Amino acid sequence: MATQWTLPLLLFSSLVRCLALAPHGERPPPHNLPPSLGFNSSDDGLSVDVPRALRVFSVDYHHVQAPFEIVLWIMLASLAKLGFHWSGRIPAVVPESCVLIMVGLLVGGVIYGVRHSAPPTLSADAFFLFLLPPIVLDAGYFLPGRLFFENLGTILWYAVLGTFWNVLGIGLSLYGVCLVAPSSLGGVSLLHCLLFGSLIAAVDPVAVLSVFQEMHVNDQLHILVFGESLLNDAVTVVLYKLFESFLRLPAVSGLDVLLGVCRVMVVGLGGLFVGLFFGLLAALTSRFTSKAQVIAPLFVFLYSYLSYLTSEMLHLSGIMAIVTSAVTMKQYVEANVSERSNTSIQYFLKMWSSVSETLIFIFLGVSTIQDVHMWSWPFVCSTLILCLVWRATGVLLLTAVVNKLRRNAVTFRDQFIIAYGGLRGAICFSLVFLIDDFPKKRLFITTTIVVILFTVFVQGMTIKPLVELLDVKRKKRSLPTVSEEIHSRLIDHLMAGLEDVVGYWGQHYWKDKFEQFNKKYLRRFLIREDHQAHSSILRVYQELERREQRGEDEASAVVDTRPHSRPLLPEEMDSIRRILSRNLQNFDNKTPAYSRHTLHQQVTMDRTRRPLHRHQSLGERCSYNTGAQQPQGEDGKFSDCQRMRAGLSRSHTVCSISPRPALSDPAVLAASAGTRPGDPKEVLPHRQAPAEKTPKKQISFILENDK
Amino acid sequence: MGSRASTLLREEEIEEIKKETGFSHSQITRLYSRFTSLDKGENGALSREDFQRIPELAINPLGDRIINAFFPEGEDQVNFRGFMRTLAHFRPIDDNEKKSAASSEPPLNSRANKLQFAFRMYDLDRDDKISRDELLQVLRMMVGVNISDDQLGSIADRTIQEADTSGDGCISFNEFMKVLENVDVEHKMSIRFLH
Repeated sequence: MATQWTLPLLLFSSLVRCLALAPHGERPPPHNLPPSLGFNSSDDGLSVDVPRALRVFSVDYHHVQAPFEIVLWIMLASLAKLGFHWSGRIPAVVPESCVLIMVGLLVGGVIYGVRHSAPPTLSADAFFLFLLPPIVLDAGYFLPGRLFFENLGTILWYAVLGTFWNVLGIGLSLYGVCLVAPSSLGGVSLLHCLLFGSLIAAVDPVAVLSVFQEMHVNDQLHILVFGESLLNDAVTVVLYKLFESFLRLPAVSGLDVLLGVCRVMVVGLGGLFVGLFFGLLAALTSRFTSKAQVIAPLFVFLYSYLSYLTSEMLHLSGIMAIVTSAVTMKQYVEANVSERSNTSIQYFLKMWSSVSETLIFIFLGVSTIQDVHMWSWPFVCSTLILCLVWRATGVLLLTAVVNKLRRNAVTFRDQFIIAYGGLRGAICFSLVFLIDDFPKKRLFITTTIVVILFTVFVQGMTIKPLVELLDVKRKKRSLPTVSEEIHSRLIDHLMAGLEDVVGYWGQHYWKDKFEQFNKKYLRRFLIREDHQAHSSILRVYQELERREQRGEDEASAVVDTRPHSRPLLPEEMDSIRRILSRNLQNFDNKTPAYSRHTLHQQVTMDRTRRPLHRHQSLGERCSYNTGAQQPQGEDGKFSDCQRMRAGLSRSHTVCSISPRPALSDPAVLAASAGTRPGDPKEVLPHRQAPAEKTPKKQISFILENDK
Repeated sequence: MGSRASTLLREEEIEEIKKETGFSHSQITRLYSRFTSLDKGENGALSREDFQRIPELAINPLGDRIINAFFPEGEDQVNFRGFMRTLAHFRPIDDNEKKSAASSEPPLNSRANKLQFAFRMYDLDRDDKISRDELLQVLRMMVGVNISDDQLGSIADRTIQEADTSGDGCISFNEFMKVLENVDVEHKMSIRFLH
C-alpha cells in the first residue's frame, strides 16, 4: 500500500530536520570561518578538510537555515497530506485534521527523543500573522453569499450572544470549581478563569472547516456553524483583550465592563469597515489591470492581507476584516479580470489555505510535546464537561428564541450538530500562549491542549457517523439546472413584489434594495467599461456551443433519462448564473435620463431591442403627457390604441423616462414577438377602464419596437 | 390602522376569511389595515392604480403580472376577500397543517398551489402551458437589455429542454413541478406575516 512508503518518507524528513534544527534562540549560529583556517567550529558544518587550499565541496547550512527549515516543515505537511489521501480506508473514518495532529505528535516525539529538549512550538505571532489569514481569506472568498446573508441574523445571534453565554458560563463555573478545590487550584482568580473561558469558548473556523467539508451536510447547517465560527472572532478577541487588561489593572469597575461591551461593537464594526474599504479598493484596482493581467491575482491577496494587518494594528477584528474584504471584492474582481486570472486566484487561495491548515495541525501536534505539563484532573475534566454543557444549553436556548423569527426553523437534529460541531482549534492554542506569565499558566496550556485534542479527535471522528445516524439533511447532490436558476429568480422577484404589496420589509425587500444600489452605483464605478455586460456572455455562449458539439459525439454517461437535454457542468452553470445575476434587473443601465432634454441621446444610444416600458412618472414630471394618453383613455377602442402604438413604434420616446422602468406587461405582449396581435385586444379593456377613471394619472408610454 | 379599520370588517367576515385562508385573527386585521391604506379611493376595493402606486412594485420586473394575479379573470376590482385569498398562497406551511391537508382539498398555501401561482407568472394566456415565447418574455423582462436574442433564446431552449418530458416544446404544470422538486418552495414562497 501507499502508506508503506509515505511513512518512511515522513520519518526520514523528520530525521533530517532533527539533525538540522537548532531550537529557537538556544544556540547562536556559528558563523562561517574563513577557509584558510580549515577546521570546523561547529558540528553542523561538514566540510572536507583540505588544509590551506581551496575547498572543493562545502556545506554551509546556516546560510540557508531559516528558509530551509520552513520549507522542510511545509514539505512535511504536504507529504503528510498526500499520504493521508493515498492511504486506503483512513480518510473515511478519520478526518484529516486528526491524522495531521498525529503526524505532528510523531514528529514532535522524534525530535524530543533525539534532542531531549522541547521541539519548536508554534509561535503566536507566526500563527496569527502568517498561518491564519490564508485560511480565512479562502473561506471568505468562497463564502456562499446568498445563503450567508439570508441567515445573517441567526449567525450573528449565535456568534455574539452564544459566545458571551459560553464565556461567562465557562469562566464562572470554572471559578466555582477552583473554589471547591483550593488545594490544587488555589491561585487561580476569577479574572483568570474568565480569561481562560474567553479563549476556550470560541469555536475555531479552521477546525470546523476541515471537519465539515468532508461531511456534506445541508447548506444551511453548514453556513450556520461556519458563519458562527468566523464571526465570533470579534467577541473572542475583545473579551480576551478585555480580561487581559483587567488583569493588569489594579481594580475593575462597572464602567470598565460597560466599556468592554461597547468595545465589542467597535471591534466588530471596525473590522467590517476596514474590510469594506480594502475590498472596494481592490475592486477599483482590478478595474485597471487589463494591461497587466498577470499580476491581477496579486492584488486580491495584497489588499486582503493589508486589511487583515491594518485591523490587527488597530486592535480590531482581523478575521472580520479579511472576510468582509473578500466578500466585497469578489464580484467586481471576477467581472474585471480575465478567466485565467480568476482561475489563478481560486487556485492559489485553495493552495495556500490548504498548506496553512496542514501546517497548523502539524504544529499543534508537535507543540503538544512539551517539557513541563501541569496536570490537574479536576480542572481538566471539569473544563471538558463544562465546554460541552454550556455549548449545548446555549444553542438550545438561542435556537428556541431565534426559531420564532425565522422562516426556516432550525430542527433539533441541526441544533445537535451545531452544538456538537463546536470544535476548538489553533486559535485557542495561540491565545493561551500569549497570556502573561502566572503560576498556573502551564495548567491552562495543558488544559487547552487537552480540550483541543478532545474536540478534534473525539468530536471530529464521531460527528460523521452521528450525522448519518441522526439522518441529518444532507447536501443535495443533483446537478444544477438552468430551469431551477431561472425559476428561482422568478420566485425571488415575485416574493419581493409581494412583500411590497403587504408592506413587509423582509429579506427580499432589502435584497432588492441592495441589488439596485449595486447596479446603479457600485458596478458602474468598479467594473470595467467593456466588461459591464458582454464578455463573459459571449464566452459562455461559445462554451455552450462547443460542449454541445462535443456532447453529441460522446456517449452520455450521466444519469439522464431525457435523451435531449444534457445536464450542465458546474462551470457552465456558474457562467449562466453569473450572466443572470449580472443582468437581472438590469433595466437601468441604459436609461439614465430624467428629463426630456436628454431624449435624443437616449434614443440614439439604444439600438438594441428593448422591452416596452410603461413608466409611472411621479406626478410632477410629465405634464405634457396627457396628449399621448388621451387617445387611449377617451376612446377606449382597440384600434386607436393600436394606431398609437404603431405610430410610436419607431423608437419614439414619448416623454420623460424615470429611471424606474416599470409596468410593462400587456405592452410587452404586443411588442415582443409580434406574433400575437390578439393579446392586446383582451388586455386592453382592462387597461382602458382604469385609465378613464383617472384621467389625471400621468402615464407615459415608451414604445420601442425593433421589428 | 386603528378603530376605523376594524369596525368596517365584521366578525363574521373575519371568521370566514380565517376558515378559507388560514390566517389568524390579528393577521387578518393587520392586513385589512394595509388594504385600506392602499385603497385611496376608499371604495372597499382595490384597483390596478392602487397597486401601481406602490413604488417598489413599479421597479419590479414582474410588477404587472403580480398585480394581475390579484384580480380575478376579467375584473379590475379586488375586494378584501380576493386580496386575502391571493395572499393566502404565501402563508408559511405549518407542520400540523401538512398532516391534516390530506383530508379535504389542499389549502391555498400548499406546495402545489404555490407553484401554480408561480406558473401563472409565466403562463399569461392560461392555457396551462409555458410556451417558448412566454418564457422568452419573462426572461427578457428579468434579464434586461444586455443579452442578445440568440443567447437568450438558447437559454430559453435549454430551460424547455430540461423540463419538457412530453416533447411538445412547452412546459406543462406537471413538468414545471418536477423541475422544481429540489427547490425548497415551501420556504422560499412564504412570507412571514407577523402575528
